[in-house]
Amino acid sequence: MAVILDAGSIEAEIRRTQGRTSVFQIRIHGRGGQGVVTAAELLSVAAFKEGRHAQAFPSFGSERMGAPVVSFCRIADEEIRLREPIQEPDALIIQDPTLLHSVDVFAGLKPTGYILINSRRSFEELGIADYVAGFPAHHVCDVGATELAMKHIGRPLPNAALLGGFAAISGEMHMESVADAIMEKFPGAVGEANVAAAREAFEIAAKA
Amino acid sequence: MLKQVEGSQAIAEAIGYCRPEVVCAYPITPQTHIVEGVGALVKAGTLQNCEYINVESEFAALSVAIGASAAGARTYTATASQGLLFMAEAVYNAAGLGLPIVMTIGNRAIGAPINIWNDHTDSMAMKDAGWIQLFAETNQEAVDLHIQAFRLAEELSCPVMVCVDGFILTHAYERIDVPTQEEVDAFLPPFEPIQVLDPAEPYSIGAMVGPEAFTEVRYLGHEKQLQALRLIPEIAKVFNDVFGRETGGLVHPYKTEGAETVVVALGSVNGTIKDVVDAMRDDGGSIGSVSICSFRPFPLEALAQALDGAKRVVVVEKSLAPGLGGVVASNVRMALARKSVPVHTVIAGLGGRPITMASLKETFEAAGEDRLPDVQFLDLDHGAVEHELVRSRATRKSGPTAENILRQLNPCRPAAQS
Repeated sequence: MAVILDAGSIEAEIRRTQGRTSVFQIRIHGRGGQGVVTAAELLSVAAFKEGRHAQAFPSFGSERMGAPVVSFCRIADEEIRLREPIQEPDALIIQDPTLLHSVDVFAGLKPTGYILINSRRSFEELGIADYVAGFPAHHVCDVGATELAMKHIGRPLPNAALLGGFAAISGEMHMESVADAIMEKFPGAVGEANVAAAREAFEIAAKA
Repeated sequence: MLKQVEGSQAIAEAIGYCRPEVVCAYPITPQTHIVEGVGALVKAGTLQNCEYINVESEFAALSVAIGASAAGARTYTATASQGLLFMAEAVYNAAGLGLPIVMTIGNRAIGAPINIWNDHTDSMAMKDAGWIQLFAETNQEAVDLHIQAFRLAEELSCPVMVCVDGFILTHAYERIDVPTQEEVDAFLPPFEPIQVLDPAEPYSIGAMVGPEAFTEVRYLGHEKQLQALRLIPEIAKVFNDVFGRETGGLVHPYKTEGAETVVVALGSVNGTIKDVVDAMRDDGGSIGSVSICSFRPFPLEALAQALDGAKRVVVVEKSLAPGLGGVVASNVRMALARKSVPVHTVIAGLGGRPITMASLKETFEAAGEDRLPDVQFLDLDHGAVEHELVRSRATRKSGPTAENILRQLNPCRPAAQS
């Protein structure tokens, strides 16, 4: 199995060999119906498959389609005891770019954090070019995950694809773990289609 | 077997292994995933010899459970919040009759105002009904406590509530060691009722009792809970022998040796508290914590022991006794009745408000410097409440409080009639 030695994997390896145990915190923003909660759960399962501890939980507001939804995932090598919503994420996954200017999605994001946005538009077009310029270039990425989902799955569900992109830019987990997690949750053709979308997102993000 | 799974699903699987014979429940956020999970096990044939009954309300659910348990069936149900109140009459009934029903409470606030998020108001509303109340700190403990609950309930012939924080635990995915059917069978023998409605040996259950004997029945109920104080640690020990981990028991002290400030809490917030304790100790603070697992019976002796040597106690609780202060804190004070140790009440997390490390750290530091008031509401928006108090004093028809506060926090909302 080929191991992709990109900046993300190397940084993740550095994080893992650090003396202090560290928790990697991911916050996912989207709208009801986009699979935001499932995305966090899949991330936690992928981490579990690599022998790590992970905690995933949602933050519910009014329960309706289209309402802003936030979900959280913590990954660590030790038991995770903390239960508060993630205030200072190491990574953000933004499943719906319409949230960029209506919800403070970037609140608390660490200065060396990762940002993955579901969009094919440039950061300039999204109106956040100045903001993302402050982050290491290979930490920020946008991927047209909805388009990939339409191509592979036939439905505008970008969550699985975005997880592939996240694995690429952060190196926090292997693409194979993401694939395994997706297949476990969605066995059969549905899972395979989601995995295909995730793999393509991974390739796109790895090259970006 | 280690699994990465939603708390509710792991609990459902554990319930299945306990071989309940009757499951009757009415859905309510945030416990619904649990009873749906058990239903799926029955439908798939994984859980056999179990009658799964859909009922029309929570009151019906517990009433069915009472009938089933009295007829000798191992019985399980689950509810939360308004649902627990709706079955309140049956809750007292089940305890008064001494029926070993196990019920999950997916802890949730009680309206008004309507709120679906986590706090402990529901369990606290029924704390003196005569049920045993166990609080889970993690989803692992939630799974384990349910298994222990059936054994505890049946040995004592007393109903048991297992309290699991809504959303925070029920809807969280985490790593859980889910037991096997063999392990549970080794720990939990078949149900042998002390009383059973049996046409072959007929007697009644549920007599009316007048002033001449009521006190004695109640005394025996109290006595039963005192027996539970002894039995709960025993069962936890047997559980450890079979499953290889320490869960349950009365209280879980954490770094209390020599700690000047000791924090006491129930449920999942203990995880966050432990992280704060560690951070403060790294900075030279003298602090520890105690998680109370068995809230009823209240472990007066075990808690006093765990708090021995503390200079001050801070109770962080997700419940409120309006006009008094803390519910848990009042109970904790009883454990320290003969000691002059200040017990501070911190009301936190009501209606699902997140309890953050930062806020707790600030609070515990204030406690350490003796700057903490007797009763404090964590992260209270003082400006908002002041504004509302001034406003409502200025005019008689000031409108509904909840709407007024929301309008302050979110000025786009249309104004209420006033």
